[in-house]
Amino acid sequence: MSWKSLELTGWGRNSHQTALTARPERQKDLQRAIGDSLAQSGLVAHGGLRAYGDQALPRGDDQHALLTTRMNRILAFDSATGIVTVEAGMCFRDMIRAFVPKGWLIPVSPGTAFATMGGAIANDIHGKNHDTQGSFCNHVLGFELITPDGNTQQVTPDHNLFRATIGGCGLTGVITTVTVQLKKISGNCVQVTETKIKDLESYLIAFDEAIAQNVDYTVGWIDGLAKGKRMGRGIFETATLSDETIELKPAKEKSVPIDFPALALNPLSVRSFNLLYRNRFLRKSRTTLTPFEAFNYPLDAISDWNRIYGKRGFHQFQCVIPRSEGERALPLLLDTIARSGAGSFLSVLKTMGGDGRGLLSFPMKGYTLALDFPHKAGVEALFRSLHKITADHGGRIYLAKDSMLTRDEFDAMYPNADEMRQVLASLPHSEKLTSQMAARLALTGDAA
Amino acid sequence: MSIQTKNETWLILGASSSLARAFAAEVAGQGHDVILAGRDQDDMAATATDLTARFDIKATPTAFDAMRMEQHPTFAAAIDAMAAGTLNIFLVFAQMPEQDDIDADPTLVVPTVTATYSGAVSVLHCLAPLLEQRQAGHVVIVGSVAGDRGRIKNYVYGSAKAGLHAYAQGLRARLFKSGIGVTTVKPGFLDTAMTWDAEGMFLVSSPQAAAADINKAVTKGKDVIYTPRFWWVIMTIIKHIPEAIMKKLAF
Ligand SMILES: Cc1cc2nc3c(=O)[nH]c(=O)nc-3n(C[C@H](O)[C@H](O)[C@H](O)COP(=O)(O)OP(=O)(O)OC[C@H]3O[C@@H](n4cnc5c(N)ncnc54)[C@H](O)[C@@H]3O)c2cc1C
Repeated sequence: MSWKSLELTGWGRNSHQTALTARPERQKDLQRAIGDSLAQSGLVAHGGLRAYGDQALPRGDDQHALLTTRMNRILAFDSATGIVTVEAGMCFRDMIRAFVPKGWLIPVSPGTAFATMGGAIANDIHGKNHDTQGSFCNHVLGFELITPDGNTQQVTPDHNLFRATIGGCGLTGVITTVTVQLKKISGNCVQVTETKIKDLESYLIAFDEAIAQNVDYTVGWIDGLAKGKRMGRGIFETATLSDETIELKPAKEKSVPIDFPALALNPLSVRSFNLLYRNRFLRKSRTTLTPFEAFNYPLDAISDWNRIYGKRGFHQFQCVIPRSEGERALPLLLDTIARSGAGSFLSVLKTMGGDGRGLLSFPMKGYTLALDFPHKAGVEALFRSLHKITADHGGRIYLAKDSMLTRDEFDAMYPNADEMRQVLASLPHSEKLTSQMAARLALTGDAA
Repeated sequence: MSIQTKNETWLILGASSSLARAFAAEVAGQGHDVILAGRDQDDMAATATDLTARFDIKATPTAFDAMRMEQHPTFAAAIDAMAAGTLNIFLVFAQMPEQDDIDADPTLVVPTVTATYSGAVSVLHCLAPLLEQRQAGHVVIVGSVAGDRGRIKNYVYGSAKAGLHAYAQGLRARLFKSGIGVTTVKPGFLDTAMTWDAEGMFLVSSPQAAAADINKAVTKGKDVIYTPRFWWVIMTIIKHIPEAIMKKLAF
């Protein structure tokens, strides 16, 4: 098994760590890489490295890293039931490309096609359809897990490690295969309706109506710079699964070839971007047929877009606020953000239908708001105030995006934090599987 | 990419490498069946299931060991029985230990040369008559830019690949009479498990991009290709460096 020293960073490029990294292509090599690193000082598994912060980063340079993206095969597929087992490094793009033509859809997908099935379990990820479909792990029938003692376990919902692994940030073991129930579909696209929304109040009403009508997908794009009466204005998108099959044009991939200089991203450019985005269509609303990939992954159209934030990187703030607190907490958050002038290209508002199945699953019934901020002086103070508003209203921060929560903030937001610590403490050799985030939140190790 | 209507079979020799997997996916995506030949049975079984599930084609794993040359005639007979219709061959296996390791342990020379050269020639020589009988098919032989010029950094492996290139030229002339094309592929640096920890790599390309390139070359009936194409330029320059200078270079 070959290892090489690699500088790893999350999608936000705000934390870095150099570590010996392996990228096995076969089961045998995967087993060997895990065995070798468990015999030494341990490892962290990665998928697409699409988590923003330090979640997938090794704790120090003696800890190994395991890139799973080449473990991406379909191991079993039943075309009658839509039950599929894949290697955990398979990404969403592959799931869509392999199964949509056969009439089966991976029911929940994040906003990037390059996240893997292993990463999807480790964060119990959600899509634009949480109200109707729940989160990813609601569709997971089981998975194979290599625990820190080196044993291989078949984990189904009745297994004692199921709840700790779902949303468990990769701390219970390395997920090697994943079995999911796909959803039967008859077309290859969704019918999307985009409507301009003038303020936050109208947004909450629009979401209520869509939920009442059981619309398949809903998402809101918000202009994070708009203040006062315009606060919360943006474009509301709803979509329903279509029965039609449209022709797919091969996508031309654009990319950001260099790190943008810090100047490129300033309040003016962000303002112009939001203006352009809001006016990409002139009428009050429009309806189009959009293929799944284009609908789910608009940001993937430009690869390495995270480089527009330059070398210093950026942070994403994503919280969920209980439904009953939305009216109070969202204006406070948006106002704090707009007044900070820290500026975010696009902010996303979505709704969530209920709790996830994992001890640390992010979702709860309510609203989730996500915005990006460049890394610079003052951003930490801003995040502290946003964390406080979130916690005060009974909400929580999404660990997939986080790099700044303190242990105390985390404990206040995640009621099962201590139960998670107990599960990990009772796992033999759990110290072999840790990460910078795990250390920061005292999930594993001496402080736990 | 043209969808070929006739169903053909591609025999992939050395099916566990990432280039082999990517090429198998390319041709399976066009509706062709594949036979996956190699040593890691579990791995090939997984690839076979994957290709069948994705592309609704027939993918069959079969045991093959380049080093066991005495078994190659029986292997060829088995392939003959398995593949009805047009048979194409994609040969990609090789062994590439570090030159330093070979220098320290010269017993590594034989396995390197056997896997990279003799084993390849042996199995191709057993399979060539099958293609001639069918008067159809295509052969892809994956060589290497390392075979274009002997270099201090990997000349044992490079010389075996150079031999393979010469064999491919002869085989091309022989099979031409039966209307069968032979494409020699010289990949530059590919991002694979074999090169994961290699130092001094530049302009690295993905196995998927190389596989797509190769498939295009097959469709066009090309004799020799570099992938990516600019390697042709690099190797033309390297090939023309006078030996008096080359021997002083450390790459
Ligand atoms: C543009 C963009 C849009 C996004 N949109 C959404 C969204 O809409 N909804 C949402 O929920 N998330 C979203 N995300 C976040 C992303 O889905 C999650 O961070 C996801 O976990 C990333 O998966 P990955 O394979 O890249 O994992 P990585 O980032 O590589 O790792 C994330 C965590 O998973 C663990 N892990 C990965 N693979 C394994 C394995 N095989 N075994 C054990 N542990 C493993 C790692 O240790 C780490 O803790 C988005 C991210 C980006 C960049």
